[in-house]
Amino acid sequence: MSSISSITSSTPESGWDRSASAVFYHLRRNPLVIVGLVIVIMWLFIAVIAPALSPYHPLQQNLADRLQTPNADYLMGTDELGRDMFSRVLWGAQITIPAGLAVIIMGSLIGTLVGAVAGYVGGIGDELLMRFTELFMAFPTIILALAVTAALGPDIKNAILALVIVWWPSYARVVRGLVLEIKSQEYVEAAHSIGAPSSYILFRTILPNCVAPAVILATLDIGNAIIVFASLSFIGLGPDPSSPEWGRMVSIGIDFFDQWWMWLFPGFAIASLVMAFNFIGDGLRDILDPRLRGES
Amino acid sequence: MNFLRYLIRRILFVIPLVLGITVVAFLIANAVPADPINANLPTNALNNEELVEAFREKWGLNKPPIEQYLTYLGNLLQGDMGVSIKTRHPVRDDIAQFLPATIELASVAIVFGIFLGVSLGIISAIWKDTIFDYIARIIALIGVSFPVFLLALVGLTVLYAQWGIVSGPGRLDVIMRDPPHVTGLFTIDALLNRDWDTFKNAFSHLVLPAMTLALYISGIISRITRSSLLEVLSMDYMRTARAKGLKERYVITQHGLRNALIPVVTIIGLSYGNLLVGSILIESIFAYPGIGRYMFRASTSQDFPAIMGVSMLIALIYVGVNFVVDILYYFLDPRIRVG
Repeated sequence: MSSISSITSSTPESGWDRSASAVFYHLRRNPLVIVGLVIVIMWLFIAVIAPALSPYHPLQQNLADRLQTPNADYLMGTDELGRDMFSRVLWGAQITIPAGLAVIIMGSLIGTLVGAVAGYVGGIGDELLMRFTELFMAFPTIILALAVTAALGPDIKNAILALVIVWWPSYARVVRGLVLEIKSQEYVEAAHSIGAPSSYILFRTILPNCVAPAVILATLDIGNAIIVFASLSFIGLGPDPSSPEWGRMVSIGIDFFDQWWMWLFPGFAIASLVMAFNFIGDGLRDILDPRLRGES
Repeated sequence: MNFLRYLIRRILFVIPLVLGITVVAFLIANAVPADPINANLPTNALNNEELVEAFREKWGLNKPPIEQYLTYLGNLLQGDMGVSIKTRHPVRDDIAQFLPATIELASVAIVFGIFLGVSLGIISAIWKDTIFDYIARIIALIGVSFPVFLLALVGLTVLYAQWGIVSGPGRLDVIMRDPPHVTGLFTIDALLNRDWDTFKNAFSHLVLPAMTLALYISGIISRITRSSLLEVLSMDYMRTARAKGLKERYVITQHGLRNALIPVVTIIGLSYGNLLVGSILIESIFAYPGIGRYMFRASTSQDFPAIMGVSMLIALIYVGVNFVVDILYYFLDPRIRVG
């Protein structure tokens, strides 16, 4: 049943149109994808139940126990103010994961909208929108984010906003390309010929076909968003210094270089999560290679 | 298409981009902060009505936006990017002082990075789906997944503090003296001065930060090399080359790599942007006095003029490098010359 529908609904020249079940079949056979999924689910789980899991409050200072090496009481040691590193690392998941997701979701929505409109209206409107988009791509990602956050003032909301500003252009480019392709399909022409209004054609006929590719691009991108957010926060342009944000904790840990547990554990938290997302992304990329090859 | 026409077309493409960068920088500098005067002047100058007035006059803040932009552009063309709040020097002078160190680091890093990335990619592609492929891909994944500051810290702990096989922070050991200033690149200056000790010392200080940056950019380079080479390997002309009885090594290097490396060149241009970004994080960890550490310090101390100056500089370097890549393309890809 599903195989028949996948044959009839797919156009052979487009790599996006592999049916969902085929994608899942390949994903399940890729051990790295499974490892990635397990780690991501684990971190999501930790983020939700961090308050219940952590033995101490992440902000609770205990100066008598400052800079303890990892031990039975403090599994990952304590920092310069005697705060429990283990609790802080667990709570950090509550900051970094939602921040990364927020960047991706907002960035992809804005990018999809801009790209879809540009591709659909064509002509001068398309030109203007795409030149505008290219301007934002002329800056290396974090540089523009850095400048925007510096202008707005360091704060977690501003960091996310700055990242959304640098994140949407790549989605706009991809979606515009897709819309251009879909626009010439017969079913779009059919919608035109029965007199459907433009907005209906764009939002009901064309856009739904762009959702899958945008979601895949987003999956490939989450790890990157998390790492850039953590870097911004490492530089001091994220949440306030006391908050248990991973990047921030690493940058504080640098001043206590010999107390390796202060930077190693939060650093590993970022690395494990990003790596897990990249495992999944890599698996997806392998399956959908023809279209994604050459993009990073 | 002849070279001159190609060159002119690329330049015509770059000009609006450069202008666009100045527009975006202008918008961030003047439209985004709640009060540009507040953001650009140190606190003690804010009470001085004369200084505030002079600043407003210089950047045309009391004029309409278009004129403000033209003033901004005019100042910029004279190399005037304002005065750093933290160092109190013109941003231009600060950049001139710190840029050579970064150019030196980035150049060594890009050489390491290309070598590492291309080698991993070739290994992966030739021995696809073997254990070598998996190991090479996991190294590449570590490069893109581990935050570059963590790589730097682990490198410092193991290679410098534990094993002592590379030099640590800074550009030279504390007891060494800077080589006489010619290019500002310590290794080159030391060589020009025939000062081998300084050269060795400067290079040994470069190894660890450059390797960290190289690992960071090699992930993407190896991924592209792998998929590009895999595609080329499946081409008919590869089978023909083998059928002619050419040695496998010759087939891979002369027929395979030459064609596979064309897309890799593009990625190297794009990686240069990552490299500059990585240097902000790396240089601060290695106390390496380059533009990245300058940017890091400016960011942590809200030194807005310095942040904007360096951002624009990096964007311009990025555009410049990609322009060079486009030019290289002309020589690498015969399709452009013919088509």
